[in-house]
Amino acid sequence: MSPAVAILLVGGAVAASCALLGTFLVLRRLALLGDAISHSVLPGIAIAFLLTGTRNTLPMLAGAGALGVLTVFLVEALGRSRRVREDASIGLVFPALFSIGVILVSRFAYHVDLDLDCVLYGEIAYAPWDLLTLGGRELGPRALWVSGGILLANLVLVIALYKELKLGTFDPGLAAALGFSPVLVHYVLMSAVSVTVVGSFESVGAILVVAMLVVPPAAASLLTERLSRMLVLAVLLGLASTAGGYGVARLLDCSIAGAMAAVAGLLFLIAFLFSPSQGLVARLLRRRRLRARLAGQLLMLHLRESGAPRPRADLERRFGWDPATLDRVLRRLRAEGLVAAENGGLRLTAGGGLALREAGLDQVAHRD
Amino acid sequence: MSLALRNVLLGASLLGMLGGVLGSFALLRRQSLLSDSVAHASLPGVVLAFVLTGSKDPLALLLGALAAGVAGALFILLVTRQSRIREDSAFGIVLSVFFGVGIVLLTWVQRSPGGNQTGLDRFLFGQAATLMASDLRLMALFGVPALLLVFLLFKEFKLLSFDRGFAASLGRPVRALEMLLTALLVLVVVLGLQTVGIILMVATLVAPAAAARQWTDDLALMVPLAGLIGGVSGAVGALASHVLPQMPTGPAIVLVATAAFVLSLLAAPRRGLVGELLRRRGVSLRIRRENLLKDLYSEGEAAGGGRVAVPLARLLARRDMPRRCLRRALRSLTGAGLVERTPLGLRLSPAGEVAAAGVVRKHRLWETYLSRFLELDGDHVHRDAEDMEHVLGDDEVAALEERLGHPTVDPHGEPIPPRGAP
Repeated sequence: MSPAVAILLVGGAVAASCALLGTFLVLRRLALLGDAISHSVLPGIAIAFLLTGTRNTLPMLAGAGALGVLTVFLVEALGRSRRVREDASIGLVFPALFSIGVILVSRFAYHVDLDLDCVLYGEIAYAPWDLLTLGGRELGPRALWVSGGILLANLVLVIALYKELKLGTFDPGLAAALGFSPVLVHYVLMSAVSVTVVGSFESVGAILVVAMLVVPPAAASLLTERLSRMLVLAVLLGLASTAGGYGVARLLDCSIAGAMAAVAGLLFLIAFLFSPSQGLVARLLRRRRLRARLAGQLLMLHLRESGAPRPRADLERRFGWDPATLDRVLRRLRAEGLVAAENGGLRLTAGGGLALREAGLDQVAHRD
Repeated sequence: MSLALRNVLLGASLLGMLGGVLGSFALLRRQSLLSDSVAHASLPGVVLAFVLTGSKDPLALLLGALAAGVAGALFILLVTRQSRIREDSAFGIVLSVFFGVGIVLLTWVQRSPGGNQTGLDRFLFGQAATLMASDLRLMALFGVPALLLVFLLFKEFKLLSFDRGFAASLGRPVRALEMLLTALLVLVVVLGLQTVGIILMVATLVAPAAAARQWTDDLALMVPLAGLIGGVSGAVGALASHVLPQMPTGPAIVLVATAAFVLSLLAAPRRGLVGELLRRRGVSLRIRRENLLKDLYSEGEAAGGGRVAVPLARLLARRDMPRRCLRRALRSLTGAGLVERTPLGLRLSPAGEVAAAGVVRKHRLWETYLSRFLELDGDHVHRDAEDMEHVLGDDEVAALEERLGHPTVDPHGEPIPPRGAP
């Protein structure tokens, strides 16, 4: 397997896993929990290392997974105590746990290869070279097995619990009333997030995991109103960021994970600006159209009230619009045959009267 | 004291103070995690400043970080205002994308010939030990005016944090104030990066503020208190990392501040969890005691009146209560001389009978009230009265009796004991 293929496969698997779970995190307003978990698992990794003395994947995964669940529990418990809000409790829990982890590493494990940069910013570029061997046979990159397994587990989880996750996300009260136990589903989801974060960041780095958990789902949320489509779109955007980021990184000879996060950001920006329904451009256009329609209706109401044709100068004075605006409004109204010129002035046509009635404005008077 | 230690102590406490003060407003405005986002977002600014100036001049790096941090904060504002993206997602997007771009730039600088970026990555975890007098001057140059500004605009910021709409209706420039407050927050975050590091910076803003919040409801007290807690945490953390071997400064400061928060969470007088637990326990003990008195009283009524001895097993059977709780309540009652132990079981003392009659009185008066004024059926009022008998005070009972015209029997036909009599 060529390194490029391995990197793309690992990156794609991580991106897809994160997009699946991140969709629910974003909808539940817990986008930063992934970031928190990716930092707070450090003491778990350090303790697992100190206990076993090796850098085996399994004990570290177990230690990190335990700390991930502990993080979620502490954040929830602090929130439930009603002394601190949920966002602040995230900001209290993960730095404390991360600090403990840093101290453990620097006091007890500094002489061994448990490098902080490596744990947190594990570079996906090294993923193809760390091979999994079983009984003397090489089975390909270890990261691919780990991230592939995690992706499979997440797929099964989301498909099997789709209804529960959906209901628990949008209406926890109803979910509880129907006996779906939203708390249990919440913990299952959070455990999955912990395992995914931990399993992924060892091979691709924390920053990429955090980016993939939040950015593609947020972009997807701007493109659709349906949960099922949002999931699919988030996964596709995640895969696109992986491929695009890899290309950019090859071009600039820079960090692959960083480039993938940057491309994800670019895709989000595009969605933010140009989404057909939610995008900034569409919103501005809609607002402009609405304003133009309103201006046209005001003008037509005024013409209807006055009965006789009005000279242009009158209208200009009456509405206080600058000539260019008035021109635009008039041009549109005349093109649509709602207003016509007569005796050097403007009057409402029969079609214009009809349009006002159709807009429900036949009762509305516009007086000076 | 060595010069290096003095620098670290001064720097860490100034930083802690700034974090506590600005963090208080962030906490109230639900922007605690903005600092996390901005801290990460500053990385590309640091690297770009390094590339553009070609030096590691602290002022240049600081200004670069500040520019990137402000850009991140503005992007968050734009996205949350102009789309359905909510604040937490916007924080996460800016955090990860800006940081990703920073990593791209960092690795790009690293691999381009002549690029010597070593020392830039200390921004990640912070290295207070390397604080020099020039860094300290810079911190004071920006930090002291920031504190002064908060002092001068305290009333405006307070109004903004509690009631933005009201502030706007008073004609305050709400947008500008919001921008200023956010810019100050970004400034503090950026000032702290070198000492505490990108990842841990959020804690120096959240922990002291959350700790101070436990002790007071008054923002004018909370802000200086948070500054004090932050400053002391900074100093203690810096000292700990100086004294103990292999103790990094940032994590030490964060752990001290977190300890201050945990202590406040548990022990603060009014909002503390321990106090609440004790209060709640006191209330449930009182309720159990009153229930037992009432049970003993009604056993007496069932036996035709007077004080009778009731075996423990019978009391247990009357209520779904763990044996341990029952025993504790009984011990408290016998200790107060309200209940006596006899060979046949437990019996009200004369004083206990008066107390028990008082509870029963409240219960039956409330039942009467419910059935007469709310026209509830007799069999629907007992449950509610079970709760109210523990809550009603003497004044309410007197008023209740007045309105009901001093009734003598409740809706079930049971006698209502007169005041002060068994």
